Amino acid sequence: MTDQAYNFAYLDEQTKRMIRRAILKGIAVPGYQVPFASREMPMPYGWGTGGVQVTAACLVPEDLLKVIDQGADDTTNAVSIRKFFQRTAGVATTEATAEATVIQTRHRIPEVPLTEGQILVYQVPIPEPLRFLEPRETETRKMHELEEYGLMHVKLYEDIARHGEIATSYAYPVKVEGRYVMDPSPIPKFDNPKLGQSPAIQLFGAGREQRIYALPPYSDVVSLDFDDHPFQASKAPHDCDLCGAKDSYLDEVITDDAGGRMFVCSDTDFCAGRRAEGHVGRLGEPV
Amino acid sequence: MTATISGDTLSGGFTEAPMQSARAFREILEVLARPGLIRTVTGAAPPAPLSIAAGVALLTLTDPTTPLHLAGAADCQPVRDWVAFHIGAPLVAAEEADFALGTWDALQPVARFRIGQPDYPDRSATLIVELDRLTNHGPALSGPGIALSTWLSLPETAAFRANRALFPLGYDCLFTCGDRLAGLPRSTRVENI
Amino acid sequence: MYVAVKGGERAIDNAHAWLAEERRGDPAVPELTIAQIRGQMTLAVNRVMAEGSLYDPDLAALAIKQARGDLIEAIFLIRAYRTTLPRLAGSNPVDTGAMTVDRRISATFKDLPGGQVLGSTFDYTHRLLDFALMAEGSEVPSGASAPATPGPMPHVTSFLNRDGLIETAPPSDTTPPDLTREPLELPADRSLRLQAITRGDEGFILSMAYSTQRGYGRTHAFVGELRIGTVAVEVDIPELGFAVEIGEVELTECETVNQFKGSRTEPPQFTRGYGLVFGQSERKSIAMSLVDRSLRWKELGEDFTGAPAQDEEFVLYHCDNIQATGFLEHIKLPHYVDFQAELELVRRLRAEAQAMQEAAE
Repeated sequence: MTDQAYNFAYLDEQTKRMIRRAILKGIAVPGYQVPFASREMPMPYGWGTGGVQVTAACLVPEDLLKVIDQGADDTTNAVSIRKFFQRTAGVATTEATAEATVIQTRHRIPEVPLTEGQILVYQVPIPEPLRFLEPRETETRKMHELEEYGLMHVKLYEDIARHGEIATSYAYPVKVEGRYVMDPSPIPKFDNPKLGQSPAIQLFGAGREQRIYALPPYSDVVSLDFDDHPFQASKAPHDCDLCGAKDSYLDEVITDDAGGRMFVCSDTDFCAGRRAEGHVGRLGEPV
Repeated sequence: MTATISGDTLSGGFTEAPMQSARAFREILEVLARPGLIRTVTGAAPPAPLSIAAGVALLTLTDPTTPLHLAGAADCQPVRDWVAFHIGAPLVAAEEADFALGTWDALQPVARFRIGQPDYPDRSATLIVELDRLTNHGPALSGPGIALSTWLSLPETAAFRANRALFPLGYDCLFTCGDRLAGLPRSTRVENI
Repeated sequence: MYVAVKGGERAIDNAHAWLAEERRGDPAVPELTIAQIRGQMTLAVNRVMAEGSLYDPDLAALAIKQARGDLIEAIFLIRAYRTTLPRLAGSNPVDTGAMTVDRRISATFKDLPGGQVLGSTFDYTHRLLDFALMAEGSEVPSGASAPATPGPMPHVTSFLNRDGLIETAPPSDTTPPDLTREPLELPADRSLRLQAITRGDEGFILSMAYSTQRGYGRTHAFVGELRIGTVAVEVDIPELGFAVEIGEVELTECETVNQFKGSRTEPPQFTRGYGLVFGQSERKSIAMSLVDRSLRWKELGEDFTGAPAQDEEFVLYHCDNIQATGFLEHIKLPHYVDFQAELELVRRLRAEAQAMQEAAE
């Protein structure tokens, strides 16, 4: 049941219209960060206020909402955000990626391929991919305008010179539709290949930084790299110890103080689904 | 206010704005994100000559903060009154508009609409174009949002090709016909077939 | 059998219950009332109103109680509440020249029309703990009272203005931008900067102002005038055709007079810094006017010396304590996906380095 003290999905209608207009401009110019008048939300900046505002502007009463943090549905912040929308929008929620119509995420793209009709909303801390190379917004805006991305390539190349490979393991920059360099939010670079040609709509909300950007379905998204050092999606060289998956992103769990560790899928719904189908990993038990 | 306001002015808005505008926005988002997709919307009954879909788009996206340009037959007293009562968007010249509404002919020349600035390409107009016919026959579309290619009964191709050439600047379009709508962002490539 | 950490929901509920208990403290001690906080913690209430951008002493007091006295948390509660309020009207500019002053001092003139009004101030108190306050219920000596000075109280800067000794500040009817309704865009004009600073963190603004005094963008400020008091808030009612007073607010206003030897574009004259803050917020309003003056280097044709307080992008992007605290504290949230990616990278780089070393040997 919706909390009657608040408007549907918390935000007032004028605020939602403002956010919706920003989302549409983001869709029209893929990868470009649209400024929007982010509101103070009842959760702190840096805890998903951008994603929450985008989700609030998109939700319809019929939606089935999934919220994940680090790939998991049961992490505390995911629980908190899911509860917020249950209370203020009265929407039904799910943990099943395939069933969800709107998925709000922090730091992961689900393992199960997304489909048409789904919207993936990312929480973004620092939307500007050039920010750590150039702290000034006035400068980075100019760089995007002039498509001046040399600094980023220099940084990546310096990595190669020093380390033999590009030493960026998450929030790995991408170029969208051959035009804007975009920060995919702090997803592991393992997830980067899922950004492009996705049948789902992908929306990115950065509340504190007041930016919204988007990837329409089937967008062309390329992880920045060099001919002699092509982009490589990487993960821990293990299988999931619970479900045996060979191709999912893994969390490392320390199991004792003697160096014992195990690797488990970070996507809890994916792992549970596999175990329900009878897959058993090294340390798993049949369900 | 005075007794001269007709019943048409007061009616035809959303009766349950939070839910209706949410559902309408999702359809608008889908059609703009997937050029060529045609969706049905409900909830508005604007005065003639506005279509239901055009009324829904106005109610969902515009408000006192968005300057609106009414073009041609859409720029009539009943529509102005309806906009004033339900939306409150200031009515402005084409060059200043965030949103513009009219038939394709009435909106000409479209080059007058705002295309954004090189550092802020989002500061561009959205045109709500009333069409007599909205089908998946016509020029071929490709680009973001389109898996391979699709077709849409655009009123012409040259203007949209010119608009695409401005990318990332340009205006964006919603096409309305009865209770159906489709979208064409500036990013779409348009070809005659 | 390993079972992943579960039960986020129950943990959160339990944590909230514990928090409520901690807030209340020892049940044997009487609970604080909103009236007590509002009446006896007024400067805290003022700060919460100023940085929360919402003038409501009762709600500010409630926020302080709920936040267990953590003022930034209280400001956050007020900001989040403010978001949900519909905007019914915009007030007319308040007239601080018509302020009913409780305090009004000038550091630039010994005496002046309207006089120096010391008011209730810590300034000349000796900072000695008053152990008598530990015993509750003691009598408070009542201060001598005089009727408030009626009528307009001219601003000190207007005296200087008459002689052309201070830059003119022509009034403008332009509607100022609204920081809470439009995304921050740079370069910002002065009214937008002032909005950002008045709701900015008091500690941050204080340190920025202090840095200008120590030479990082020095502006040679004198407190031309500091006044605290109440002003009427008026709203135009279109149906009536005139403005109606809807209430009054307490404000602190500071105008600094800054020495200025002239620049490439401006003649030698005094220049201005301005601070206006909700409530009795003296330190904040003085700091605000110093930072305001410092940020005006460009329009006055001064040099940018690289001082942080001259850098509007630096000041405006970092003065908001709600943004800052949220982002700072978010690093408490789980980051194990990113950390895992970094772990693998470091392991791989180490393995490669080791292999190269072995090959070299």
